[in-house]
Amino acid sequence: MLGLKKHDLSLLIIVAILTMAAPFLLNPFPTESGMAQFNAGYPDLMQKFVIFGIFAIGFNILFGLTGYLSFGHAAFLGVGSYACVWMFKLLGYNVLPGILLSIVVSGLFALLIGVITLRRSGIYFSILTLAFAQMSFALAYSVLSNPKFNLTNGETGLQVYADDPQWFHSDRLPDLPHLFGLSMRATHRMELGAWEFQFNVGYYMCAVIMLLCFYLAIRIFRSPFGLMLRAVKSNQQRMNYTGLNSRPYTLAAFVISGMYAGLAGGLLSAVDPLAGAERMQWTASGEVVLMTILGGAGTLIGPVLGAGLIKYFENIFSKINESVLHGWFGFLPDGLEDFVITLVYPFVGKGWHLTLGVIFMLVVIFLPGGLVEGGQRIGRLFRGKKPSGAAKSATTEPAE
Amino acid sequence: MTKPTLSRRGVLKTGAAAGVGLALPTYLSAASHSGFTNAPQGDTVTLGFNVPQSGPYADEGADELRAYQLAVEHLNGEGDGGMMNTFSSQVLEGNGIMGKKVEYVTGDTQTKSDAARASAKSMIEKDGAVMITGGSSSGVAIAVQGLCQEAGVIFMSGLTHSNDTTGKDKKANGFRHFFNGYMSGAALAPVLAAQYGEDRKAYHLTADYTWGWTQQESIAAATEALGWTTVENVLTPLAATDFSSYIAPVLNSGADVLVLNHYGGNMVNSLTNAVQFGLREKMVDGKQFEIVVPLFSRLMARGAGENVKGILGSTNWHWSLQDEASQAFVKSFGTKYGFPPSQAAHTCYVQTLLYADAVARAGSFNPCAVVEALEGFEFDGLGNGPTLYRAEDHQCFKDVLVVRGKENPTSEFDLLEVVEVTPRAQVEYAPDHPMFAGGNLGQCNPGA
Repeated sequence: MLGLKKHDLSLLIIVAILTMAAPFLLNPFPTESGMAQFNAGYPDLMQKFVIFGIFAIGFNILFGLTGYLSFGHAAFLGVGSYACVWMFKLLGYNVLPGILLSIVVSGLFALLIGVITLRRSGIYFSILTLAFAQMSFALAYSVLSNPKFNLTNGETGLQVYADDPQWFHSDRLPDLPHLFGLSMRATHRMELGAWEFQFNVGYYMCAVIMLLCFYLAIRIFRSPFGLMLRAVKSNQQRMNYTGLNSRPYTLAAFVISGMYAGLAGGLLSAVDPLAGAERMQWTASGEVVLMTILGGAGTLIGPVLGAGLIKYFENIFSKINESVLHGWFGFLPDGLEDFVITLVYPFVGKGWHLTLGVIFMLVVIFLPGGLVEGGQRIGRLFRGKKPSGAAKSATTEPAE
Repeated sequence: MTKPTLSRRGVLKTGAAAGVGLALPTYLSAASHSGFTNAPQGDTVTLGFNVPQSGPYADEGADELRAYQLAVEHLNGEGDGGMMNTFSSQVLEGNGIMGKKVEYVTGDTQTKSDAARASAKSMIEKDGAVMITGGSSSGVAIAVQGLCQEAGVIFMSGLTHSNDTTGKDKKANGFRHFFNGYMSGAALAPVLAAQYGEDRKAYHLTADYTWGWTQQESIAAATEALGWTTVENVLTPLAATDFSSYIAPVLNSGADVLVLNHYGGNMVNSLTNAVQFGLREKMVDGKQFEIVVPLFSRLMARGAGENVKGILGSTNWHWSLQDEASQAFVKSFGTKYGFPPSQAAHTCYVQTLLYADAVARAGSFNPCAVVEALEGFEFDGLGNGPTLYRAEDHQCFKDVLVVRGKENPTSEFDLLEVVEVTPRAQVEYAPDHPMFAGGNLGQCNPGA
């Protein structure tokens, strides 16, 4: 069905079920309980999960398949965001033109950068992309935000003002991004006993788009084109010696993955109409590399898992402060309580980077294939089977 | 490829799906009209403290968080009450806000607009915060202020000094107690003219982003009005850590004053470089070369060490002030944490109290009622003398301190001395002043 093999189809269906039921799955704890701290089922974070999922899926098409490690992918994310907000400013708050333009603009931008940077491979390619991304960041942060030609609004971030043209805006429509009148912010809260679940329009729009992106990624992975990309990764030199020009393939992969990033950027603006230059900073580019490696580079579902894990840490662990810890460990005797809190405190709150770093190290050392490999090992443990050749070929080899 | 065929069942299915799709907007919007966003339930109210805990302003953020915790204690009737006792409005009783115990959630802005907005959104959507406050840079303040306007909660900004926060980016749901670039210029210029003379030639190094520009524009305008000339304004990248290449041209420019429109780590580095180049010992046409840092903070002064001695700048508040309110605040902060508060801590503490007081006076947590209570509110006893929350742009008007790096500090906190308290009248401006024009406060938004 849908041109997919059974294995891929079941993966797609599982992902579809997970994303559609996310408001339930991510809110396992009752609202008033102490564990509610760990609930992730609120609109903003769920939107981030799927949007950064798209970003990572796109990055994986380049990195996972061709092995070209781009360190400047955030530039496309940023360009997409700016394009989308400009559509809001000029046309009105309907998200469709913005999202479409963000894909087109980032595609063109990727083409321009790809033509230049893909002349080199390996570390040189990485450094070139990094340089371009930092150039874009500097342009967005200060150069293109001067009062005479203000394209990005600099530090403050591009946003919609009341006196912007918004040619197609009317009073009947919401004063926030919407899809034909359906506000991205509209949320239905469902209370079920002690639980509360939130169903948000913006989230479901992003989730549907992510499923489409995921489907497209599967098709690319399984296509002859995808096979070519894998050939580039395994031995580009040998490919060139056979008389085949591999550049068009890598360029196509680069542009596709840039468009994915642009789409993610456009969606970020669609659910929250402000585009800041930090989206282009090298830390943002590094983040998507982490997501992909953490989840499992070269696998289909890995990048989405990695994106989810990092965003979860950033938003949930960073909010555990000292008073929350005192709440948890209050049952212990005073001296012991303080001792335990001193031990735990550096790893939560502002120390969430530290915890993430530790997890990243553990994954890279013990699970080189990322979380996906972890899942496979657990699965094997339960089935009590030794890894067979057949099982191996069904999954994609992780990037080294 | 399969050929599309039109079956009766298909048509019915599509029709039903389209019907549900069209009915959804009415259903969702109908579900969401219940007064205002995050109306406090039960006997507690949740405030969101969104401060930088990592990144360049983490020090300020940590101090802000201390101040917030202190404010919550005082509001809930614990501790010695601090400035609640000296506050001219005596509505707060130490039983929380309107009898509801104050609880809080914290988040990390990372001094990035995106992270700050994500953190604020999680406070609003998940934790039910009815007010967001904090932040240590103008970009973040403006980004979060915009978000709070859209979401329908009140934003009480922390440390933000750019003119734009209450200028072109002002919002009805946002309020600023901190002073701004224009006020710095207006307060500092007369002191500079008095101390250094009126025929000075200034060379500006400016951090290349919104705050730097507005700060430079403000201080250049204020000093030029008093007879100074601006020789050159050089923009420096925000990420710069070594300013040697920017300082060298100053030596031969003929300028006799260097103005460093830098903040945080930038300022620490540029000032250190300038001193290393011997600018402070330099004589130009028989005049002593001087360095000026328009926005000073104690945390920055500590970073720059010896180099700040004798340098003039402006600040919102300083712990050495002798009025009763400042003393009360320094005492309760010092008792709890063992050292005096910074200006960032002060403004955050005051903002929390002002919000609580406005809710109590309005008798409601509804953002629109709070906005009404804060607009045009005159108060005293919070460390800055008589202060007005102007209705037109939600900016506080109060005295501004001109400070100087102390020559003989007695402790690691005693780094600045107050040179002059510039009266409020001197730093006031019209709401439609060109440096603040272009914004629109809009309508207060109570949200859902």
